Amino acid sequence: MSVALNSIDELADNFELLGDWESRFGYLIDLGKELPPMDVADQSEANRVHGCQAQVWMKLLPEAAGRITIVADSDAFIVKGLIAVLLTIYSGKTAKEILDIDGQAQLDRLQLAAHLSPTRKNGLFAMVQRVRELAQAIEVEATE
Amino acid sequence: MSAIPKSIRDDFPGLAQEINGHPLIYFDNAATTQKPRAVLDAIQNFYEHDNANVHRGIHELSNRATAAYEGARDRVAQFINAPAREDIIFTRGTTEAINLVAATWGAANLGRGDVILLTELEHHSNLVPWQLLAQRTGAKLRFIPVTGDEGTLDLRDLDNLFAEVKLLSLTHISNALGSINPVAKICAQAKAAGAVTLVDAAQSAGHMPLDVRALGCDFLALSGHKLCGPTGIGALFARRELQETMPPYQGGGEMISKVEFHQSEFNVPPHKFEAGTPNIAGAAGLRAALDYLDAIGLEAIHAHDTDLAHYAKERLSEFEGIRIFGPMEERGGLVSFVFENVHALDLATLADQQGVAIRIGHHCTQPLHDKLGVPATARASFYFYNTRSEVDRFIEVLQKVIKLLK
Repeated sequence: MSVALNSIDELADNFELLGDWESRFGYLIDLGKELPPMDVADQSEANRVHGCQAQVWMKLLPEAAGRITIVADSDAFIVKGLIAVLLTIYSGKTAKEILDIDGQAQLDRLQLAAHLSPTRKNGLFAMVQRVRELAQAIEVEATE
Repeated sequence: MSAIPKSIRDDFPGLAQEINGHPLIYFDNAATTQKPRAVLDAIQNFYEHDNANVHRGIHELSNRATAAYEGARDRVAQFINAPAREDIIFTRGTTEAINLVAATWGAANLGRGDVILLTELEHHSNLVPWQLLAQRTGAKLRFIPVTGDEGTLDLRDLDNLFAEVKLLSLTHISNALGSINPVAKICAQAKAAGAVTLVDAAQSAGHMPLDVRALGCDFLALSGHKLCGPTGIGALFARRELQETMPPYQGGGEMISKVEFHQSEFNVPPHKFEAGTPNIAGAAGLRAALDYLDAIGLEAIHAHDTDLAHYAKERLSEFEGIRIFGPMEERGGLVSFVFENVHALDLATLADQQGVAIRIGHHCTQPLHDKLGVPATARASFYFYNTRSEVDRFIEVLQKVIKLLK
């Protein structure tokens, strides 16, 4: 199955089509497997996102025209899949756009919540927080 | 074959439910056990009929509450064959029991250069209190090493390890690997070396017969919730002679005999170590749990636990790329494992989708996992209400999980 994604709308449609937990998780795992790998050197303590049960690393790279590319990775497949979902929501946007996004509302559209434990939701929330913090830092730097 | 009938499951309302559309398979018993109706009834009954504060009251309800609470103390003493009921101090659980020893006996008896001997298997609750005490007193920690994935203690150099040791504190059954330690033998050696001994019985109490006289320990800590009892109640066995020399733990009501503005005299042990209103309903529930377990028989429970652990280990070894931890013999009712290239978090998440509750992580034994070189393991831990057919179903679930992740 091709899992290349264009938008959160496409992602939401795909999740909608996949009825049972097995195909939803299978899809999430496939998304994770297609996530571009992060340099081992970037899998550092400085880039660690704490609050997840698995290891997660994240880096925001400012590109041309104020757009930000997010690079992130994890040692667990399902977490990698969730990272792919977050990238679909946040990557390639400007810092201001990132800060304006209601991440929770977007994630709710995927109806994944029922499958995620509170611990896992905390982990996802920690990743969203980190994206916002890093975007905020870039935004502040740009306006100074 | 187990002597415990499958119908025992009917005693546990918590087991009869579906999780994510599948019958619950509860394999997280080393974390906490499910509760039988008899325990739930005892707690409910206490609050409905006997609820009052203990010890001071003149009225009937207070007498009943006191009888419930002190009766539970008798019951715990009997359960572990303690010489006297006064040897039992109620705590919130194993963690508080160990902290109590560290804060009282430890503070009064340990100083610079003294050694606290632990093992590399210890749960954080039998490690961190001693680290804190060592920081306060200048005492040092030393560890009995563990041999590889088998998780048995390397006792070859034990005589030398006892130099300067004032206290030995070790787990009876490892919560991470399932190893059953030869506690009686090690305690005897400790005693000969002049050391005081503490046994962390969190995983063994309610899982096998326990006899503090046979173990020969000075202290023993246990938790109610890991043996069918409620959370928030546990016990410390502390030999009377040691209790007499220990300073109080916390100050407050119950633990005093006479109070003036600037000083107080303390109650006799064990009350001296039980400040404030205790967990009376918890004690009533604990007592019911011990009655329930004794009716089944601890020998039968141990045989059942061990059978399931061996059976699970045998079935798990059918998988390719699996690494299974813990000893071949002398194993408690749990099995820990990791799959090559599979994160334990993915494994547990997908198992949960199919109704299987297992635990993953370092199981509060981070230094041990560092030594084994794995950040996390998956652990299936059993109790007498689990069955071989649940293990079979667990294996099917894992096969599906591995297929999804590969």
